[in-house]
Amino acid sequence: MTTSTQGPSIIPLEGVAIAKLPGPVGRKKPNRSYRHEQRSGLAMLAPAIVLLILFILIPAGLAFGLAFTNARLISPYPATFAGLDNFVRLFQDASFGRALLNVAYFAIVVVPLQAGLALVMALLINTRIRGTTFFRTIYFLPVVTSMVVVSLLWVFLYREDGLLNVLLSKATFGLVTGPDWLGETATAMPAIILMSVWQGVGFHMIIWLSGLQTISAELYEAADIDGVSRWQKFRYITWPGLRATRSLILVTITIAALSLFTQVSVMTQGGPLDSTTTVVYQAVESGFRQQETSYASAISLVFFVIVLIISAIQRLLTREKV
Amino acid sequence: MRTPARRVVVTSAAVGIIAALTGCASGGGGAAGSDGKNGELTLWTHNAGNKAELDAIQSIVDDYNASQDETSVKVQAFPQDSYNDSVVAAASAGKLPCIVDIDGPNVPNWAWAKYLAPLDLSVDLDKNLPSTLGVWNDETYSVGYYDVALATFARKSVLDAAGIRVATVEEPWTREELDSALAALKAEGTWEYPLDLGTAGTGEWLPYAYSPFLQSFGGDLVNRDDFQSADGVLNGPEAVEWATWFQGLIEDGYAAKKSGKDSTIDFQNDRSAILYTGSWAATSTREVLGDDLVVMPSFDLGTGPKIGGGSWQWGVTTGCANPEAAMDYLSFSLKPEYIAAVASATGTIPATAEAAALVPGYEEGGELAQFREYSEKYAVLRPETPAYPFIATEFGKAMQDVINGGDPRSTLDTAVKNIDTNIKSNGGYTQK
Repeated sequence: MTTSTQGPSIIPLEGVAIAKLPGPVGRKKPNRSYRHEQRSGLAMLAPAIVLLILFILIPAGLAFGLAFTNARLISPYPATFAGLDNFVRLFQDASFGRALLNVAYFAIVVVPLQAGLALVMALLINTRIRGTTFFRTIYFLPVVTSMVVVSLLWVFLYREDGLLNVLLSKATFGLVTGPDWLGETATAMPAIILMSVWQGVGFHMIIWLSGLQTISAELYEAADIDGVSRWQKFRYITWPGLRATRSLILVTITIAALSLFTQVSVMTQGGPLDSTTTVVYQAVESGFRQQETSYASAISLVFFVIVLIISAIQRLLTREKV
Repeated sequence: MRTPARRVVVTSAAVGIIAALTGCASGGGGAAGSDGKNGELTLWTHNAGNKAELDAIQSIVDDYNASQDETSVKVQAFPQDSYNDSVVAAASAGKLPCIVDIDGPNVPNWAWAKYLAPLDLSVDLDKNLPSTLGVWNDETYSVGYYDVALATFARKSVLDAAGIRVATVEEPWTREELDSALAALKAEGTWEYPLDLGTAGTGEWLPYAYSPFLQSFGGDLVNRDDFQSADGVLNGPEAVEWATWFQGLIEDGYAAKKSGKDSTIDFQNDRSAILYTGSWAATSTREVLGDDLVVMPSFDLGTGPKIGGGSWQWGVTTGCANPEAAMDYLSFSLKPEYIAAVASATGTIPATAEAAALVPGYEEGGELAQFREYSEKYAVLRPETPAYPFIATEFGKAMQDVINGGDPRSTLDTAVKNIDTNIKSNGGYTQK
């Protein structure tokens, strides 16, 4: 619990402030104060914990159980134990294999692209020139727009007679006629990737920015005095200084990319020919539209294990070396 | 790419699972509930977004409430998109309203799940079009005021100019006639795609519109002898021929892979020569084209023209504390003048001949009367099995794959495999 409001643990903004602080009250009875802090800390955590347990932990536990039954959304009969039936079916399902491949494709392109682009944008707006607030707002705007709305709008942009193709045709004096972006197996996934990166990049830009601003300006000043080049400053000050931010961004983008759903549900419904179907989309489809609660649970369980393994590997690779 | 999106998915999945579990716990959903106990019945309808239909229903309810003092009916309207989910949630919570409307093909599923009680009405339902009744296991669970019929629209001037005859109920177009008509129209170069099949449609439109073609070829969605398997009917030689034919229409450039947003308006603006649509589009198109519009039956692709049957219908739930009163309301609402009022408000085909006589256009020899004839002659109900909602999603997926150039044989085989697995894992959907 580091949410203390007691004197000693506050880090004053300026060194001179220390003398003006009231006496170190907490130091006299550290135990009592600590317990009090812990209690209020728990009380503040409680709402979040209760909601997490109620809406994440319990359902997740139920899903694990249901995956081994034949439970249905609508059925007059209680669910019965079905062993590994759902999993056998899952691994024989060609479209599930396709969904895994699609998700891998999406994640492998989106993670470096979105993280890199976000970093470039963060570096650009992390300067003290006029108008940075304007650019910060512009870059962040898509993030606060609902993904469903964004997806619907981009469906129109991507149509065969949509804005994108009109622009392409005008820019090349009619030489290039763009395809129906979401209707071709080759272009549907790249189209979704482009839109997703555009929508999400602002969010990670803000995280990078917060990381950049934790790096002490003194380091840059010292570097300036030493006459270091811009690239060297980035390589030896900025990049090492962003280590913690880097792992955070890597893990959050990866998990978000693996759970690709909204765009697919709105824009392509997994088509054409399964070229954009994803694991989460299949779970929702079979759980709700096809009423197969148990099969959807099995998909979720497999998905959970995959995400867990990938996150663990990333954690291992980015852990602090002692 | 934000994590909240994932959380929403997880949370909504969780809600669904909890709903499913509580549904199981309450003994199969919908034990006699409390609605209707104090003489007040609740009626749920899907048409919050359709003011004309909702007003027609409301006026029937008002008349019923004024006609007697014992019970009163209260209307609650839902948007169509969330209607089914609301009913499922209500059933799980044991809070079903007395009276619900249901999309026809879902009736067996809801009857099997014990949401619906068999009807016991004081009116004779034999006079209704068969496609307006929801029958499962020899019991009638629902009755509708109307049906809709699929048809093809064309301009008489266009057909005459290309030397194509107007199809009639006695002599619909055969597959060869359709193919040569399309070739002739395509050759004119006026239309990029002469035939508009409404391929941009999703959801229930796919099985509703395209499974009749399959049935006309001689295939079907599932083997209707015992509803235990789709093997041999959805992937038999006729079905493969059907899928290959459909794919050919798109590959030959006769029909678009993805039609425009509103096929009816495209046809009215002469962006297509032949439109495959339903009776609902007739009135507005007649206003635009006048006498040049010809309405023709669907195509005979082997075993005669087929069209989908079954639209929204009404039933009484097992959660009703006073089913007699609910049945009484439904019997009251089936008077010819009410059926006529709803049918004219929605531009649909009245369920009985008596009511049809009261709706302008549907009277004997009226210009819309042929739709009633199509319903009587060609309507094939979507398979009356609790497995239908699953079959529909699998068929829809297969249909989209066929449209997008997937291999017909393997696409249909996959659908059959999934359907058969689903039926088996539900113990054949039999009533224990």
